[in-house]
Amino acid sequence: MTNTTETMNNDVTGPTPGQILWSKILGHRGLMFGSIVLLIIIVMAIFAPLLSPHDPYHQDLMARIIPPVWDARGSWDHILGTDHLGRDYLSRLLYGARISLAIGGVAAIISGVIGTCMGVAAGYFGGRVDNCVTFLINVRLAMPVVLVALAVVAVFGGSLQVVIIVLGLLLWDRFAVVMRSATLQLRSMEYVTAAKAIGCSTKRIIFSEIMPNIANNLIVIVTLEMAHAILLEAALSFLGLGVQPPTPSWGLMVSEGKQMLLFEPWMISIPGVALFILVLAINLLGDGLRDVSAPENRN
Amino acid sequence: MENILSVRGLKVDIPLAAGTLHAVRGIDFEVRRGETLCVVGESGSGKSLTSLAIMGLLPKQAQRSADRLDFAGVDLQHASNRDMRKLRGDRISMIFQEPMTSLNPAYTIGDQLTEALLLHRKVGKAAARNRAIELLEKVGITAAASRMKQYPHQLSGGLRQRVMIAMALMCEPDLIIADEPTTALDVTIQAQILRLLKDLQRELNMAMILITHDLGVVARVADKVAIMYAGEMVEAGTVNEVFTEPRHPYTRGLLRCIPVPGRTKAGEHLGSIPGIVPSLIGNMPGCAFRSRCDEAIPACAADIPKRLSSSGHLYRCVHDYGPLSSLSSSSGLQAKSGEA
Amino acid sequence: MLVYTLKRLGLALLVTLAVSMLSFALLYLSGDPAAAIAGETASASDIEAVRHYYGFDRPWVVQYGEWMFNAIRGDFGESYYFKLPVSQLVSERLSVTMILGVCGISFALLTAVPLGVAAAVRPNSFIDRIALFISVMGQAMPSFWFGLVLIVIFSIKFRILPPSGSDGWQNFVMPTVVLGYYAMPAIMRLTRAGMLDVLGADYVRTARAKGAGEFRVMFKHALRNAIIPVVSLAAVQMGFMLGGSIVVESIFALHGAGYLAWESIGRNDLPTVQALILIFSLFYIVFTFLSDLLNAWLDPRMRVG
Repeated sequence: MTNTTETMNNDVTGPTPGQILWSKILGHRGLMFGSIVLLIIIVMAIFAPLLSPHDPYHQDLMARIIPPVWDARGSWDHILGTDHLGRDYLSRLLYGARISLAIGGVAAIISGVIGTCMGVAAGYFGGRVDNCVTFLINVRLAMPVVLVALAVVAVFGGSLQVVIIVLGLLLWDRFAVVMRSATLQLRSMEYVTAAKAIGCSTKRIIFSEIMPNIANNLIVIVTLEMAHAILLEAALSFLGLGVQPPTPSWGLMVSEGKQMLLFEPWMISIPGVALFILVLAINLLGDGLRDVSAPENRN
Repeated sequence: MENILSVRGLKVDIPLAAGTLHAVRGIDFEVRRGETLCVVGESGSGKSLTSLAIMGLLPKQAQRSADRLDFAGVDLQHASNRDMRKLRGDRISMIFQEPMTSLNPAYTIGDQLTEALLLHRKVGKAAARNRAIELLEKVGITAAASRMKQYPHQLSGGLRQRVMIAMALMCEPDLIIADEPTTALDVTIQAQILRLLKDLQRELNMAMILITHDLGVVARVADKVAIMYAGEMVEAGTVNEVFTEPRHPYTRGLLRCIPVPGRTKAGEHLGSIPGIVPSLIGNMPGCAFRSRCDEAIPACAADIPKRLSSSGHLYRCVHDYGPLSSLSSSSGLQAKSGEA
Repeated sequence: MLVYTLKRLGLALLVTLAVSMLSFALLYLSGDPAAAIAGETASASDIEAVRHYYGFDRPWVVQYGEWMFNAIRGDFGESYYFKLPVSQLVSERLSVTMILGVCGISFALLTAVPLGVAAAVRPNSFIDRIALFISVMGQAMPSFWFGLVLIVIFSIKFRILPPSGSDGWQNFVMPTVVLGYYAMPAIMRLTRAGMLDVLGADYVRTARAKGAGEFRVMFKHALRNAIIPVVSLAAVQMGFMLGGSIVVESIFALHGAGYLAWESIGRNDLPTVQALILIFSLFYIVFTFLSDLLNAWLDPRMRVG
């Protein structure tokens, strides 16, 4: 089987690798869906002040718990209704996207830097460095993330910065694990050996030979950890030990809506669905990037 | 002697995005009881797919069709999955190319050896075990009883291939198909395994199809030889006929590529066949070899008839060649085949 | 095998030590525990008295040593809030969390493994797409929200399951589903990928060539090899799940260790939080240790030679 395909490929004088990659990206439904949805959410977050019909912090105690427009009691003035303090739900949702994206993005970058440094160092130098990093990864994995994050936030207070830093310091494990094994594989490659043989410095080998080749792995994990961080922030805020009111965090909105669970289930549905769609889009993007960049697909 | 396997017009097609890949393009052959047929060809010539097609173990996407596919009176084309399962491992066995990966790493040698017997025969575990030990000894494994408890990773490649052979023999099959059984092994081990296979085949009077790309192997073990190229059988006959009077330019080219001890001088160029195998996608009228053939003429683009040589073997070529006089190696091969 | 076990055990102990230090240090960053215990109205001399009473005025190494020494004997000190031994509080609650964890991982394995196998046997088929859909949904669904949605459906709409409490088995149904669904996608994907890999292996072809039936090929020859990495993952997930039970228990007001942890953090009850972090870590360490051993036992290449 493989032999026959080998002979087949010989007379193919087809598109360039770049064109093949693009056609793969465009042909990957999950990847396209994920990136388009994510793009829309990012645009909505950036232009939240322009798109929001109301101030997300403005309370109107006369207009509390108005259901969304599709409900008989709803009105076009508050398309997605209002919360228990009469704040416009749509506006809070739009501003909430900023919180989620900021936390997801920054936390993923912090943990990415930590994890990649550790992973690459472990994979490249091996020996004692590797043992040390592997030990740290084990310690980190043994710590219950939600519990530790809650405890730290409880100690330092639930500001946006604290949540971002805590998540960034907790979520580097996957970066370290994947980067370590990717670097280990690369280290024994001929071109790295060749670079060593001609006397390139360690710094040069890491930045010009290793890093470019683990970059696509890195992008995939950045997306997956971003989704992870967004879900964790929502969970922390839901438990009351994340971002504090009146900040419009989606997790906090679900938590506030929980009080009205019995009568107004839409109050948890709207921020919940928003979270679900955002995380779904990021995951699909990550999975898609992995599929497209997988070596067996590259040829 | 009766034909144990007879194949007419066997085709294997694989539908791909770029079109249908005709991997095997209508081949005919038969094997008699106690006879060894060697199928020779380079990678991608369709020889492995041919053997999998007989076993009914083609990959899911591949489609098999044939005018005739009979094994010992059973029509394999219309046999149910259940019937095929009953034949496999019992009356037809197969030995694969990769002894390192063909044994299940999770089970002991003993488990894997006895499995076929326990599946096909009503025997107890103790009887199956005894049979397995007996066969391990037969394939030249010492301390057979203790090997039974070992796992594949504890054995060398040569030993694993011996285990695979013993496994194939558990039910005393009528036909054994060996797909390049020695390719993955060290040269010294190759000769031992080949001799073992040949001896066992004679002793048990089995039919054997040996797939190889090594004409040296053919000379030593084959009764009949079939040369495959690009999914077609370009030449077939007894080993003597084909080796002394190769009629197809591809066969002639292959024979020129063999170094012969004593004849081929050190540093001297061996023959080689320039060019590559053509794409097997879509229909390919005419001779598939013509793009690489020095003697291609316009007639080669038309349908090539099957022809019978003066010595009585089949070939597909428009040319008439005499005995391969320039091929000094043929006598050397003769000598070797005689000694095997 | 013995050397391997001892090595693993040594590593597990080292990790435990490191985690215990971290969880000890973490909560000493919270400022002055003495002030917290004494309360807001306490005078400086009161705080000083509390500090001396609890021994907070000693060097931290001594405090850590004492805490660790007691912890090994199962004594985690006294809860600031309940004024009861932490070990007593925790052991009362831990059984609920353990039941939840076992139910959750069983639910995850019982759905993920068959689905993963079915998806791998027929790639790109309807069942494969369904499996992919379920796993993509599961990865994107915030578990606290999923829990609330289940409450809306099964407790409010149909009134067949209690929304909260921990009185009977009915209370565990929804938490099990939520916690199990959290662990399921990864197990499903790994099972599918492992089976796809193994089904293409030469030894599976050998099994077919022997005349083994599809069922035997799938379960005896293929799954046996594909399941090895799944075992490790399930152990890791089990550890994560116990840590993650804090979210699920708080939604369903299931009075387990996770719920206790959440309450204790809110109450600034340091000894309880410290103990719970250490205990949850220990669970993870023990599970991964056991799974390493189980793996070594499942994989003859590690067991022998």
